[in-house]
Amino acid sequence: MNVQIKQKIGFGVLFAATLLVVVPIVAIIGLIITKGWSAISWEFLFSMPKDGMRAGGVFPAIVGTFYLVSGAILFSLPIGVMAAIYLNEYAKDNALTRLINLAIINLAGVSSVVYGLFGLSLFVVFFKFGVSIISGSLTLGIMTLPVIITTTREALRAVPKSFRQVSFSLGATRWQTVRHSVLPFALPGILTGAILSIGRAAGETAPILFTVAAFYVPDLPKSPFDQTMALPYHLYIISTQIPNIREDYRYGTALVLVGLVLIVNISATIVRARYRRKKW
Amino acid sequence: MPRSETKVKFSLHDVNIRYKTIRAVKDLSLNIYEHEILSVIGPANSGKSSFLRCLNRLNDFEAYYHQTGQICLEGKDIYRQISAEDLRKRVGMIFALPIPLPLTIRENVLYGPRRAGMSRRNFEQIVEDSLTAASLWDEVKDRLDTLGTKLSGGQQQRLCIARMLALQPEVILFDEPCSGLDPISTARVEETMLELKEKHTIVLVTNNTKQAARVGSRTAFFLMGELVEVGDTGGIFTAPRDQRTNDYITGRFG
Amino acid sequence: MLFRKIKEFFIEQLIFFSGIASIVFVLLIFFFLLKEGLGLFKTVGLWDFLSGQFWYPISDPPKFGILPLILGSLVVTLGAIVIAVPLGIAAAFYIAEVASPRVRDVLKSLIEILSAIPSVVLGFIGMMTLVPFIKWIFDLPTGLTALAGSLLLAFMALPTIISISEDSINAVPREYKEGAIALGATHWQTLYRVTIFGALPGIIAASMLGVGRVIGETMAVMMLTGNAAVIPQSLLEPVRTLTATIAAEMGETVKGSEHFYALFVIGIVLFVISFAINVTADVFLHKNRK
Repeated sequence: MNVQIKQKIGFGVLFAATLLVVVPIVAIIGLIITKGWSAISWEFLFSMPKDGMRAGGVFPAIVGTFYLVSGAILFSLPIGVMAAIYLNEYAKDNALTRLINLAIINLAGVSSVVYGLFGLSLFVVFFKFGVSIISGSLTLGIMTLPVIITTTREALRAVPKSFRQVSFSLGATRWQTVRHSVLPFALPGILTGAILSIGRAAGETAPILFTVAAFYVPDLPKSPFDQTMALPYHLYIISTQIPNIREDYRYGTALVLVGLVLIVNISATIVRARYRRKKW
Repeated sequence: MPRSETKVKFSLHDVNIRYKTIRAVKDLSLNIYEHEILSVIGPANSGKSSFLRCLNRLNDFEAYYHQTGQICLEGKDIYRQISAEDLRKRVGMIFALPIPLPLTIRENVLYGPRRAGMSRRNFEQIVEDSLTAASLWDEVKDRLDTLGTKLSGGQQQRLCIARMLALQPEVILFDEPCSGLDPISTARVEETMLELKEKHTIVLVTNNTKQAARVGSRTAFFLMGELVEVGDTGGIFTAPRDQRTNDYITGRFG
Repeated sequence: MLFRKIKEFFIEQLIFFSGIASIVFVLLIFFFLLKEGLGLFKTVGLWDFLSGQFWYPISDPPKFGILPLILGSLVVTLGAIVIAVPLGIAAAFYIAEVASPRVRDVLKSLIEILSAIPSVVLGFIGMMTLVPFIKWIFDLPTGLTALAGSLLLAFMALPTIISISEDSINAVPREYKEGAIALGATHWQTLYRVTIFGALPGIIAASMLGVGRVIGETMAVMMLTGNAAVIPQSLLEPVRTLTATIAAEMGETVKGSEHFYALFVIGIVLFVISFAINVTADVFLHKNRK
């Protein structure tokens, strides 16, 4: 057979495989939007659920997810950024550094439901925080740590080595160098990582199953020690536990969650794109 | 030459530098005198950059860097009796390529003073004096708040000189400062160097033997980590004592 | 001066402790899983736990054998990997080697979108579309089967497999490819005779991380596989995975009961599996970088 024809067939197969991957993605997003759009209304977004969650809105779940994610990022952003600073600016190439890297890889790979177990055991039971926003936030926070560390590290790495040399040559200490010659220029990259981990935390269900999520709470949470509803858990419940819910209500909830996560991700992409255009 | 009357700024005694197993500088003993321009020439990997960077301890950050011997600045051991930060304030450095930080011209100049915690009251004066000394003031005085990275290559290098001068260092190390510049910009930087000689001690590492001949009061020739010969620039270029020096300056290698 | 030195000292201490925080958290996870899980082995032997064929946690007397759950995870994972690995590698090659830059950008952002969609949403969509479809096409009593789980998990593993494979394809030195082309090979021949071998360690790592993603996945699999804790006979039957068992049952246990302990031991099993997978994948990734 002619090599040119072989190449055409080969590339054709690769193209078909790629279509098989991307067409369902478009189809899923399209399905959620077309079937969920009719449910979206002011009332749906900003009112409490009614009739055993078969009517009304998803407001408490939106608020709960907002609290959980804020708590998670408040916890993981400082630790994650400082950990990345340690690894990129301070750490030597030694056994401890390799151990830290190994730990990060493993944190990134642990199953989300195992994080749930861990959160239950450490925060709910051992620290006696109970099933509460703080337990859920801390669990989600630890889970997002690897994302923040890795993206921050990339951002720090992208700052030219010569900036550090200049800073040192002007008598700056190591911390001054990091603070004034590295961090300001890595900020957009760090921001991208933070936003991405917000998106990740907002969609997670398994880690909050036993640490915070409530089936239904009549009031909005008032303190970090309250339980709360959350969007992903709410979607899980209305699609598996409650029969006879209108289909558009389920799709509407899915649309709110996906919309939220995608908006967050798109803003991260925008930050990253603007930052890439910049050359030192 | 009346060397005995001039003050010794740096004295190096038996300095050896290794990176893992590679010996970058071997058994180096050398004095650097106040208000001289010491030109350092030699082919690539001759150890001249390692030598330069041990004077402000910038080698400390290299992996597997190992140094023995003694280096003193005005009689004080730079590893034991002076902190690295203080040393680097007294011994400024200009790199091969201009490296302005992506900050305004003003903030570039003030980078050192701010980190050193100097009084803010003098900042305006420091900016003007430093830029003037680097012969850049007239060109940029109306746009101090634009980014330093927006300047031309030659201007950027002079901005770096101004930034370094803001700390009023006693010694200035130039690491092939003109390798990225055109002949006209190079001439301006060389002029600046000769002006700076009045107040500062200068060590200039260069690949350009003609530059060494033009500005150096003394010249040192390095080869494979070894200081082959050091002496008055006139003598080195007209009557080198060592055959290898002669070969290098006449362009037989390097 | 002194004040600044003290401030910097504290900041740098903080940085150091944040640096080792990851190690602390991994140890904490392991320790707290053990703390809650070890109670089980007062009454149940480790071997009986791992090889027991019956998972009846609330019958009297309860039976804690996780073999059906392990096999459930295995079947679903194998199914997913058989689909996702070839598909993902092919798509990675298309994106890295064939697609024009503009098409590449579009494809990459679509795949990024897929990786961003929460698993509970994909589980929901699977329930609404995939499950009835499988029920109809195979004429089954229920579409909640291992196959539904495998298909959806394959889909969810794709972003991991594609992006890491693509990175390793791009990391193959240009000289290799250009050398082959200079010798008269077509682009396609170069691709499957040269590039694929250069990228192989990365592709292996990508596949392993895909496996890790699939084994650890919880919500989607719980919503699609029917959750019957029996030893699976075929892909067209309901199965129950390790992750789904924890997620579905923890809410109903009493703290300190055997059942509660048993779910934590399943967590340990999952932790050990993901540990092994990630460490091995990392070894391959480092090979690729060299």
